[in-house]
Amino acid sequence: MSLLTIDKATKKFGGLTAVDGVSFSLEQGEILGLLGPNGSGKTTLINLISGALPMTSGDIRLNGVSLAGKRADQIAHAGVARTFQLVRILPSLSLMENVMITAVFGAKSHWGQAAKDTAMTALSRVGLANRATANAGSLTYIDQKRLELARALAAEPEVLLLDEWLAGLNPTELAQGIALIRELSQSGLTILMVEHIMEAVRALCPRVVVMNSGSLIADEATQSALNDPRVIAAYLGDSADA
Amino acid sequence: MKYVIYPVALALLAAVPFVASDYALGLLIGMVTYVTLASAWAMFSGPTHYVSLATVAFYGAGAYVVAMLNEVMAYPMILLITAGVGATMALVVGLSTLRLAGVYFVIFSFGLAELIRQLITWYEINIYGTLGRYIFVDITARGIYWQMLGLAAITIGLTAYINRSRLGLALRVIGDDEVVAAHSGIPLARMKLMAFVLSATILTLAGAIASPRWVYVEPAIVFNPTVSFLTVIMALFGGANRLWGPALGAIPLFLAFEYLSAHFPDVYPIFLGALFIGVVFLFPNGVLAGIEGLRRGKKEETA
Repeated sequence: MSLLTIDKATKKFGGLTAVDGVSFSLEQGEILGLLGPNGSGKTTLINLISGALPMTSGDIRLNGVSLAGKRADQIAHAGVARTFQLVRILPSLSLMENVMITAVFGAKSHWGQAAKDTAMTALSRVGLANRATANAGSLTYIDQKRLELARALAAEPEVLLLDEWLAGLNPTELAQGIALIRELSQSGLTILMVEHIMEAVRALCPRVVVMNSGSLIADEATQSALNDPRVIAAYLGDSADA
Repeated sequence: MKYVIYPVALALLAAVPFVASDYALGLLIGMVTYVTLASAWAMFSGPTHYVSLATVAFYGAGAYVVAMLNEVMAYPMILLITAGVGATMALVVGLSTLRLAGVYFVIFSFGLAELIRQLITWYEINIYGTLGRYIFVDITARGIYWQMLGLAAITIGLTAYINRSRLGLALRVIGDDEVVAAHSGIPLARMKLMAFVLSATILTLAGAIASPRWVYVEPAIVFNPTVSFLTVIMALFGGANRLWGPALGAIPLFLAFEYLSAHFPDVYPIFLGALFIGVVFLFPNGVLAGIEGLRRGKKEETA
């Protein structure tokens, strides 16, 4: 059985179908890239999985248990953690508190020292351990992204959803970021990542799914997907028509 | 250390009526009442940033429970019922409104106080027959003071406990970002509702305890929106996010308002308005945070 199964997930906003009957699945320990041009419905799909938006129809299952109709906090509790395309940190809380909350309110419900230890482990994984008591409002952009990732990790999730986590980094930071995600993947974490940076996708994801206008147009090995005429057409326009 | 200081301070405060004049005792009751109101208000509104103007809805409802029941049952029983009424009201209101964001919640909470005032007015005129009621309970001013002091101590103690609990952490996360809160596994509705009900129950009890001072009540007197506004200013002035902030804001402002309303009754609302503006401009996070900020600034200069 797959760890995460997306089964004909559909999301309609009035007359607009943002996600249109998308189906694919993730195996335990897999790292899967979710590609597609802007507006193709990638973030909406992530929002459906994490419960930020309710699905119009279809089903999403984690370990065979349906997540459809559940609230975001219940889905987080079930073992799904995510980062946001536009980074979201809690500016009035310390780094430690920012990260601790998923350990406290997530599946494991840690409290006291256990919660702090979990948060500290997550902070050290992203390289922020020495600033645990600092205020999150004072962080630079890259550190805010790190903090967000640490928060997702402290949930000790079964599935990690990364929504363009590598966007906006300079080349050095990008190399660090790719190394960090690779490390997480190698430690056995299952990851679904939305990403526009092909260098990162090639380096990290053996397999990708590609969306265009809300539909899935490819689900295959990364190299063949990037040479797939339908994928190229989605990104660059259809050359046959020109 | 604090396990000694707090009980001793509380005992000293409880002993004040033995030396205070009647006038001073009256002032003390008012002061402790506002310490309770501001602290209870901040229990919910401080960390979540949901600014509630419904304080007087609960405070007034508490007074009305006493007014309606004081001839038919014993006082302790009335207090129990008051707590139940406050919690039930908060539960119903909370379930229907806590998903409102920002300014919509402010407006709703303000409207709630007005709604309850009108409902009670309607009930009194059409069903009870007359608009006013008398409260005759066998409780002295000292008795009121001790009860209110107890309630204030419970409120601050409970806030300290909540601050260290999961609930307190959840409320602060909710205040910063509800989307992050939900995605971290925090059940938003349940957490907000718990804090709102606790806060409202205390506000309602405060109204019941203070009510014998009125002797005569009618909706226009009891549901005075100024109570809600004063509570907000006091909590913000001291710092709504700090344990002792609301209390430290309530004491000086209560005394200032007492003085001004006694000596300049006509222009007193002008001071109130000016103070509101001043607090928001000068101490957006409260005086305590302002002082800390100044200190930190100086330290950084010297460093």
